Amino acid sequence: MAKRTVIPFGPQHPVLPEPVHLDLVLEDETVVEAIPSIGYIHRGLEKLVEKREWPEMVSVIERICGICSFGHGMGYCLSIEGNMGIQIPERAEYLRLIWHELGRVHSHLLWLGLLADSFGFESLYMHTWKLRETVLDLFERTTGGRVIFSVCKVGGLRRDVDADTLALMERKLTELVPEIEELAKVFIEDSSVGSRLKGVGVLTAEEAAALGAVGPVARGSGLRMDVRLEEKDRLYVDLGFEPCVETAGDSHARCVVRIRELFQSIELIKAAIQRIPDGEVSVPVKGNPEREYIARVEQPRGEAYYYSKGAGEKFLKRIRVRTPTNANIPAMVKTLAGAQLADVPILILTIDPCISCTER
Amino acid sequence: MAYVTKSPWVIHYDGSSCNGCDIEVLACLTPMYDVERFGIINSGNPKHADVLLITGSVNEQNKPVVQQIYDEMLQPKVVVAIGACACTGGVFRECYNIIGGADQAIPVDVYVPGCAARPESIIDGVVKGLAVLAEKREKVAKGETVTEGEQAE
Repeated sequence: MAKRTVIPFGPQHPVLPEPVHLDLVLEDETVVEAIPSIGYIHRGLEKLVEKREWPEMVSVIERICGICSFGHGMGYCLSIEGNMGIQIPERAEYLRLIWHELGRVHSHLLWLGLLADSFGFESLYMHTWKLRETVLDLFERTTGGRVIFSVCKVGGLRRDVDADTLALMERKLTELVPEIEELAKVFIEDSSVGSRLKGVGVLTAEEAAALGAVGPVARGSGLRMDVRLEEKDRLYVDLGFEPCVETAGDSHARCVVRIRELFQSIELIKAAIQRIPDGEVSVPVKGNPEREYIARVEQPRGEAYYYSKGAGEKFLKRIRVRTPTNANIPAMVKTLAGAQLADVPILILTIDPCISCTER
Repeated sequence: MAYVTKSPWVIHYDGSSCNGCDIEVLACLTPMYDVERFGIINSGNPKHADVLLITGSVNEQNKPVVQQIYDEMLQPKVVVAIGACACTGGVFRECYNIIGGADQAIPVDVYVPGCAARPESIIDGVVKGLAVLAEKREKVAKGETVTEGEQAE
């Protein structure tokens, strides 16, 4: 038996934008076991419900994560709206869909850039992030913020978007498509990229299901699961939504799923802009949440779950958020066992880890 | 900008931020804002870095990590606290697991406000930090001791 070495990976590591620590047990260059330890970003924000009134909590929940902040704000609002039986106007639903999908485009572009950086393709990283700025400009124009938006509120939205801006958004996204196609070609077809991704970190459909993987990790392993599909969201059904599924289960498949979702999200936004009805974007809200309610949202990284429990008071009894990275860490640990040390950064990145979501 | 005579390298560490400021720090390094044109490079190695960009607040578990990164950096060095959380704890300051801003763990030279801090203000903060760095470098050259944590703003 080869001699075993333990290499600490993180919390501060050039490839990680966020701190997570792994103890990598190696035999020569092969990882035998990876032991994750977390807790560097734990803030304890769920406990803040005791100090913040429930309408104010939206701004705190949004700050679970700066990458998928719109989805978090929306998930919390859906949970409270379900709790209180509020039906928001249709225009607000469409605008939420548009911003949520726009958030997915920005998140996946961000991830593609970080992936390119993890295998040392720096110019590809820079190009991807350049395209991402177009999306951030659209966010800034419509919500006023680049990463934290504070545009969702219980009962609808804080602001409307006029028709000219929606037309501009459609035009900008149409212009973005050929540029993303050019990059996608490099990610999917380039042989040097392929040699770092193909066959690396294979996760079979059975393993993904048994380990409870969600989002693009599960879809990359051939599982047809997506909250947008499962919740039978009327808007997504109307727009003919069908999740992107790849069957190979390796890092390349997970990358292809996210690239296909980029185009899909842009198509969804454009279709939603065509159909968006006129009207109000919020309804007045009276009373306090009294029941328990669970809302689910398909975040860029997978299924996120928002539980709220009210007691008819200004302060909620409990908030519980379960985020996709939490569900994907067992899958990551599984793919790390047996991998080469040089592939570790890629394998960590292919689950698109969001540590601040996980630890809150 | 006359005082940028050398190429300052930065290192970035996420204390316990929400990622918002972190992706804005990375946005500064990528083509839209592109601070590399001033010779600023993101280094993963504390021993190579002149400026520590810290985002997010400090908690019990990451405090020793932050202090270790700071101690590994060589003099002269500058710490820039980015975002409301790194300045004071921000929206999370009342959370049970938060000690406070980055200055609870290490001396901070420049505070950049904002939630999330915009790339423009991050670049402004780093440029202010470079002035502090130049002063400290002169002191080191004269053989004087560098007092830590001089506040630029």
